[in-house]
Amino acid sequence: MKRIEATNDFVVKFANVNGSGSASANELFARSILRMGVPVSPRNIFPSNIQGLPTWYEVRVNETGYQGRRGGVDLVVAMNPQTWTQDVKEIDPGGYLFYDNSKPLPKSKFRDDVNAIGMPLTEICNATYTDPRQRQLFKNIIYVGALSALMEIDPNEIERLFSEQYKGKEALLQSNIKALRLGRDYAREHLACPIGLRVKRANSVGNKIFVDGNSATALGAVYGGATVCAWYPITPSSSLAEAFIGHCRKYRVDPATGKHRYAIIQGEDELASIGIAIGAGWNGARSFTATSGPGISLMQEFIGLAYFAEIPVVIVDVQRGGPSTGMPTRTQQSDLISCAYASHGDTRHVMLFPEDPTECFEFAAQAFDLAERLQTPVFVMTDLDIGMNTRLADPFQWDDTRAYDRGKVMTYADLEAGREFGRYLDVDGDGIPFRTYPGTHPARGAYFTRGTTKDRYARYSEAGPDYVDNMQRLQRKFDTAKTLVPKPLLRPADKPARFGAIFYGSTSPAMQEALDVLSARGIHVNALRVRGFPFQDEIADFVAAHPWIFVVEQNRDAQLKTLLVNEAKVNPSRLLSVLHYDGTPITARFIVDQISQHAAARTVVPLKRVVS
Amino acid sequence: MTYLAKPKLHHPTLAKNAVGYTRRDYEGAISTLCAGCGHDSISAAIVQACWELDIEPHRVAKLSGIGCSSKTPTYFLGNSHGFNSVHGRMPSVLTGANLANRELIYLGVSGDGDSASIGIGQFAHSVRRGVNMVYIVENNGVYGLTKGQFSATADKGSKSKRGVANTDEPLDMIGMALLLGATYVARSFSGDKKQLVPLISAAIQHRGAAFIDVVSPCVAFNNHPGSTKSYDYVREHNEAVNRLDFIEGRDEITAEYAPGQVVEVAQHDGALLRLRKLAPDYDPTDRIKVMKYLQERAAAGEVVTGLLYLDPASSDLHEHLNTVEAPLNQLAERELCPGSVMLDRINAALR
Repeated sequence: MKRIEATNDFVVKFANVNGSGSASANELFARSILRMGVPVSPRNIFPSNIQGLPTWYEVRVNETGYQGRRGGVDLVVAMNPQTWTQDVKEIDPGGYLFYDNSKPLPKSKFRDDVNAIGMPLTEICNATYTDPRQRQLFKNIIYVGALSALMEIDPNEIERLFSEQYKGKEALLQSNIKALRLGRDYAREHLACPIGLRVKRANSVGNKIFVDGNSATALGAVYGGATVCAWYPITPSSSLAEAFIGHCRKYRVDPATGKHRYAIIQGEDELASIGIAIGAGWNGARSFTATSGPGISLMQEFIGLAYFAEIPVVIVDVQRGGPSTGMPTRTQQSDLISCAYASHGDTRHVMLFPEDPTECFEFAAQAFDLAERLQTPVFVMTDLDIGMNTRLADPFQWDDTRAYDRGKVMTYADLEAGREFGRYLDVDGDGIPFRTYPGTHPARGAYFTRGTTKDRYARYSEAGPDYVDNMQRLQRKFDTAKTLVPKPLLRPADKPARFGAIFYGSTSPAMQEALDVLSARGIHVNALRVRGFPFQDEIADFVAAHPWIFVVEQNRDAQLKTLLVNEAKVNPSRLLSVLHYDGTPITARFIVDQISQHAAARTVVPLKRVVS
Repeated sequence: MTYLAKPKLHHPTLAKNAVGYTRRDYEGAISTLCAGCGHDSISAAIVQACWELDIEPHRVAKLSGIGCSSKTPTYFLGNSHGFNSVHGRMPSVLTGANLANRELIYLGVSGDGDSASIGIGQFAHSVRRGVNMVYIVENNGVYGLTKGQFSATADKGSKSKRGVANTDEPLDMIGMALLLGATYVARSFSGDKKQLVPLISAAIQHRGAAFIDVVSPCVAFNNHPGSTKSYDYVREHNEAVNRLDFIEGRDEITAEYAPGQVVEVAQHDGALLRLRKLAPDYDPTDRIKVMKYLQERAAAGEVVTGLLYLDPASSDLHEHLNTVEAPLNQLAERELCPGSVMLDRINAALR
C-alpha cells in the first residue's frame, strides 16, 4: 500500500468528543512540535455545545511556515466513534488512521488505501486506572505518547512542557509523565515506528510567539489604554473579554493600593454593553466592547448615535457565520457591510482588518487612537479563525516613547484663555471638531449631546441647512480617516502580472501560500492586502492597474467587493470574486483552484485594453 | 412662551450660595414643554436642590433617554454637560459615564415610557449594579410626544383621554427598585415642591443607586377624570409617609416636633437625614417592611410618597469593582501602559 512520506509537512486531525479533556492534550501535541523548531498552526473545529458532541483539532505542521488551513488530512486520530465514517473518509490516500482497537471493528469500517494503526487505548487505561475520570483524561495523554513515538517527536520536549504547566504540582506532573511514557512505550513495542509522517528538529520558529487573536486583541486594548470594557458573552468573542479581565488583573492593578485601573462590566445584553462603552467614551475614558455579528445587529441604533454625536468607542467584532445564530462556532468575514454602514440614516464607519495576532495587538491599540482622534466608533474586524486559534506570529512590539493620541480635547486652560469652543465647529478643515470632557470648566465648554440635529455650537436645531452642514462635515471627517487607517500592503508578483488580488484579515496565511503555489505554476498575481476602511486611493489605483482583480473573501455576498465598488468607485467588471463561506477557514488549495480556473478562462486580453 | 429668549441679566441682589452662584445660574434654556407640565416643576426642583447643596453646576452630568421627560435636561443646569441618548438606554450610558469619572454627580432623567417600557431592562440592571446616580422617573403614565398612548405605569382601569380603559397591569417601578437593591427609594409628586426638593437633595448626597419616582401629570394627555396620574387624583390619594425636612449641616432643627416624631438616618458620609414621620411606625430602613407596607397601601388605592427606603450602609459600583480613586479618564500612559519591558516578558512566555 502507498504510504505518505512527509517530514515537517503534513496535517493531523484529532477527532474527539467535546468535554473529554482532549483539548489540552492536543495542544500539547502541537506545542511539542513547535518546541522542535517546526511551525504548526492548529485549528479548533467545535460545536455550539458543552459536552458530548463532536469536536476536531486540526494541526498543520509546515516547516516553510504556511499557517493557512491546507485542506486534506494525512493522519486522523479517531477518538470519536460518532464521526468515524466521516473522519476516515477525509484521509488522503496513503494517509494514516490512528484508532482505539480495544474493541474489534469490522473490516468494512476501514479503507484499503489508508494505513490503519490500532492501539488498545481503553484497555490500557482500564488496566492502569480505576477512576473513570482518570481513564478518560489520561487516554488523551497516552495517545500523545504513542504519536510521539510514531512521528519521532522528542519526548523530552513534551515532558518539559509538562513541567512548565505543572510547576509546583508534583503529583500531576508525575502522573502525566507516567501516562505519556505508557503510550510511548506501548507504541515502540507493538507498533511499526516511525510512520511516514515525521517531525525533524528544525530552526523555523525563531523568536515567534504562539498566541490566539482574542488574547492578543485584549492585550492591545491594555497597551492602548482602554480603561472601560463592557461586553456580553457571545462566541467567538467571549474569550477576548475574559482575556482582557486576565490581562488587567496582571498589568492594571495599582501596586500601592491594590485598586483597579480599569472597570469591566458584563452587560445584560449587547445594547447595554455598547451603551456603557459610549457613555465612558463620551466622558473621556478609552472604552470598548467585544462582540460578534448578532451583537453588532443589536448595537445598530447606538452605533448611529455614536457616529452622529461623535463619541469615540472601539468595537471588536470577532466574526462568525451568520445570519442570525448562523454558525456560531464557525468562521466568516461576513459583517463588513453591517459594520461599515451600521445604523439607520447615513453613516460610514472606520474598520481595521488585522491578519493575525500580531496585528490584532497593534490594531487594537491603534483603534483607541483613531477613535479619539476621529471621535467616532472604530471597528476591529477579526474572526473566529484568528480569534480562537493559537497562531505562530511575530512578537508584539511597543515603543515606550509612543504617546496616546487623545484627539482634539479642549482643556480648562484653553477655555479659560477664551478659546472659542463650538462642539461641532470644523476649526481645522479636517472635519474633526473639538470636544470637552464633562466637568472641565465652571462657565465654559459645557454642551448638550444629542442624536438630533444641532448647529455648530451644539444648540438644538431642526433647520435643514444645519443638518446638511453637519452631515457634510462628517463626510469630511471620514475623508480624514482615510489618511489615518493602516495602509494596504502590496506583495508584488515575481514577474510582471496581469492579475491582481485583493484580500484581508484571516485569509492572509492561505493567500500567501496560494500566491507561492500560483507563481510556481506560472500564474503571476500582484496581491494587495487591505488593512483598513475607508479605502485609500492606492486601492483604486491598484484595481485600475490590472485588467482583472480577484477579491478573495470569506462570505457569500462579496462584501468587500461591494464596498470597493461603492466606496472606492472601482470598475466592478474588473473584479472577480473568490468566495469561501462554508464556515471552515479558507485554504490555499481553494484559492489556487479558483484563481487557476478564472485565469484559464481569461487568457484573452480584454477588448477595452486592445482599443485603448 | 418658548419663542421668548430667556433674559441673561440677573438682578444684582439675587442671593448667592456658598460657591458663589445664584439660583439662576442653575437654570437652563426655556422649556419647550406644555404650559403646566409637571416635568417643569421637577426641573425647578432640581435647580433648587443643586443651588441649595452648593454644587458647582459643571460638576453634574445630566443624562436622559428619549421622550418629554428626557428633553428636560436642556431646561436646567445649562453649565453642565448633558447627554440626550437613545430611547430607554440612559442607564447604560450613565453607567459608562460614571465609570469614566467617579467624581461627577450623575443625574439620570427618564420617563415612564423610557424606563418602564423600552428601558425596563437597563433600569433594572443599572439599579442592580448600584451605580452611584440619581435616577428620576418623571412618571405620567402616558406617551406625550407620540400623542397619548398608555405607558406601562398606567394603572389598570384608568382611562385614556378618549375614554378607553387600560386593561394591563401597571408596572410598579418603586417595587422593582426595592427588589433590585436600590439603596435610596423615594416617590414624590411634581405638584409638591416642598417634598420633592429635599428628596432630590438627599438622593444627590446618597452614595449608590438612588431612585425617585415622581408622579408628574401630563396636562395634554393624562389630566382628565378617569386618569390616576392627574393633578386632582394624585392630590386626593397622596399619602406621605414622612417629610424629609432637614439635611444636617444646612439648617438647625427648629421645628416643634414632639420626641418620636422625628427619625434620624445617617448616610454613608456621616450626614444625617431628619425625617418627620407622618405614618406612625414607618421605618424607611427596613426593606421587607417597606415592601409590605407599600403593597398594602397600593391595594387601598393610595399613592404613598416620601423617602420610602434608605440603606444607610450603601455602597456603589466603583466600590464593587475596586476601581482607583482617580477618575479613569484622567489616567495616562504611565498608569495604563505596561511598557516594552513587560511586553518582552509576555512574548517570552508565549514561546
